[in-house]
Amino acid sequence: MIRFASFLTLVLLAFAAPAAAQLSVDVTDDSGSASLKIAVPALPTSQSVSTPAGTTDELGVKIAQVIADDLRNSGLFAPTGPEGTRTIAMTEVMAPNYPSWGGYEALVQGFVRSAGGESDITVGCYLYDIALTTELDRKGYVVAPRDWRRAAHKCADAIYARLSGESPFFDSRIAYIAESGSKERRVKRLAIMDSDGANHRFITNGQAIALSPRFSPDYGSLLYVSYVQDRVRIFVYDIGTGKQRLVTESTNPTFAPRWSPDGRSILFSMAIAGNTDIYRVPAGGGVPVRLTSSPGIDVGGSYSPDGSKIVFESDRSGSQQIYVMNADGSGQQRISHGGGRYATPEWSPRGDLIAFTKMAGDFNIAVMTPDGGNERVLTRGWQDEAPTWSPNGRVLQFFRTSQGSSGVAQVWQVDLTGVNERRIPTPLSGSDPAWGPLLP
Amino acid sequence: MTLIATPLARTLMMASAFIALSACSKKAPEELPPAPVETARPAETAPVATTPTGPVKGSQEDFLASVAADKIYFDTDKYDVDAQDQDVLRSQAQWLAANPAAKVTVEGHADERGTRDYNLALGERRANAAKNYLASLGVDPARITTISYGKERPAALGSDEAAWAQNRRAVTVTVQ
Repeated sequence: MIRFASFLTLVLLAFAAPAAAQLSVDVTDDSGSASLKIAVPALPTSQSVSTPAGTTDELGVKIAQVIADDLRNSGLFAPTGPEGTRTIAMTEVMAPNYPSWGGYEALVQGFVRSAGGESDITVGCYLYDIALTTELDRKGYVVAPRDWRRAAHKCADAIYARLSGESPFFDSRIAYIAESGSKERRVKRLAIMDSDGANHRFITNGQAIALSPRFSPDYGSLLYVSYVQDRVRIFVYDIGTGKQRLVTESTNPTFAPRWSPDGRSILFSMAIAGNTDIYRVPAGGGVPVRLTSSPGIDVGGSYSPDGSKIVFESDRSGSQQIYVMNADGSGQQRISHGGGRYATPEWSPRGDLIAFTKMAGDFNIAVMTPDGGNERVLTRGWQDEAPTWSPNGRVLQFFRTSQGSSGVAQVWQVDLTGVNERRIPTPLSGSDPAWGPLLP
Repeated sequence: MTLIATPLARTLMMASAFIALSACSKKAPEELPPAPVETARPAETAPVATTPTGPVKGSQEDFLASVAADKIYFDTDKYDVDAQDQDVLRSQAQWLAANPAAKVTVEGHADERGTRDYNLALGERRANAAKNYLASLGVDPARITTISYGKERPAALGSDEAAWAQNRRAVTVTVQ
C-alpha cells in the first residue's frame, strides 16, 4: 500500500502575481478546441542515482510523461511530452530559455533529486508563461520512490488548477468492478486503481459476485456488495489489514452502499419482504435508521457535500425518478420531470449539479441542478450507466455496456462539456466505477 | 432421458454429482461461488441412481419432472403474478406439499435494461411475489428463501425483447 503519510508538499515560493497571468483555460468551453499548447520536457536530475523505481534520470522522463498525459486527458491542453521536446539542463529549470519555446503558450519544467536507494525523492515542478516570460507557479513534492506517479499527478494538478481556476483532481483513485467471462456467468471482482488506470490492484478473487464499491473518504476502506455464501450483503473491506466485516447484521439483503461525506455514516438499501428502503447506520456499526418508507423501491442515495441532504431514486410514482430529502429522511421531494426514467443520482462534490442515468430509449449520462433544472445529456452510448464524480466536480466516469451476447462493459470518462470522452484503460472489462476524493 | 448406467456413464455421473455437491458446500473458507443451481441439469444434482426408473423423490430432478415449470416470467418493471404464473406456482406448491422435508430458494432476476441497484431491488420484489403466492397456497414461508440476482445472471444473452422477456423471471430451485 502506498504510504500516504510520507507525502509532504513543500511550497517553495508564493505564486507569481496573478494580475500578470493572462494564460488560462476554460473548463466550460465546449468548442472541443480549448487546447492550450504546453511543453513538458523530461525533468533533469543533477546526479543520476538508483532508486527502487529506476534511476532519477528515468524517473524524470516518466514523470514528465504522466504530467503530459494527465493534462491531455483533461481535454483542456495540447501537451507535448518528453518524446517531442528537447532535453533541458538543470540550470534551465529555474531560468527558462523562453525564445527556444516559441511554439508553445506554456512550459512545465522541473527536476528529480534523490540521495539514492530507498530514500525519498524530491520532485520540483515549475510553470512558465511563454508570452509573458514569467513564472506562474512552483511546487515541490517529497515522496517515496514508488510513489513517483503521485508527484507527477500533484504537479499536473497544480498546473491544471493554476490555469483553469478549478480545483485539482488527478491525484485520486478509483474503485470499480473488474469483469471477465461470459455474459451469463460473468466473473466480477472488486479492484482499485489510480484515476488514470495505473497502480491497478484486484481485491477479491472473483469466486463470489462483487458489486457497487465505494472508497471511504479517507481511502482507508471500501464498501461493496458481495454474494459470498449466496447472500446479498454489504461488507466494509479494510485496505490496510485486508479484513472485512458486515455493515449491518441482518437476514435481509443489503446493497447500494454509500458513505456520508465525513465518513461517519453509511447509507444502504435493504429489502424486507421484497420492499426496498434506504437506511443509515453509523460507519462503526450500530442500529440502522430507516429514512424512506414508501411501498415503492427506494434505493441508492448520495449526500450533498455538506451532508445536509440526500438525493436518491424511487419508483413510488410508477417509474424510476429522482428525489431529494433531508439527511434525516424528512422533506422527500421529486426533482426529475424531464420524461423517461431517472436513476443512480450522484451529488457533485461542488454541490452545484446532480449526475444521473437517464433512460429514454438508450441509457445516457446526464446532469441537472439540485432543483431538477437545466438537464443536459452528456453521452450517447447504447447503455451508459452510473456516473461518478471527479473530486473537483468537473469530470465524470461511468460504464458503457455493449449490446448483444458479449455484453462487454468498460469504464469511460467524460467532462461536463460532453466533448472530451475517453475510455479508462483497465486490464479486464470494467463496471461500477467509484471515484474517491483528492488523496490526503 | 435414461439413467441406465454403463460403467463410463456412471463414473461421469458420480463426478458431476461430486462437483455439484462441492459447489453447494457451505464450508468454503473465504468466498463461495454464486448459486449455481439454475444451470444444474437433473443428472448433476441427482445422486448416483439407486433405481434406474426415475428421479429420487424430493430431488431437484424430481421437482423439475413434477412441476409445470420451475420459473415464472414478468413484464418490464412488473412483479405481479398472473394466472399463468399461478398455475405454475400451484404445481410447485403441490410438490412441496408432497415433499414436506424439501426446501426451496426463489431466485429473482431482471433484464439488462435497468440500472444495477434498482434491478437488485426488482429481483427481490419478483422473488418475494413468487414466495408470497406459494405461502398463500399453504407452503410454510420458512421453507422458502429468496435471493435477487438483479441483471447479473441472464438466462438469454441477446439484447432484444425476446431475450429480455426470458430474463425477467423468478426461478424456484430446490435446496439440497
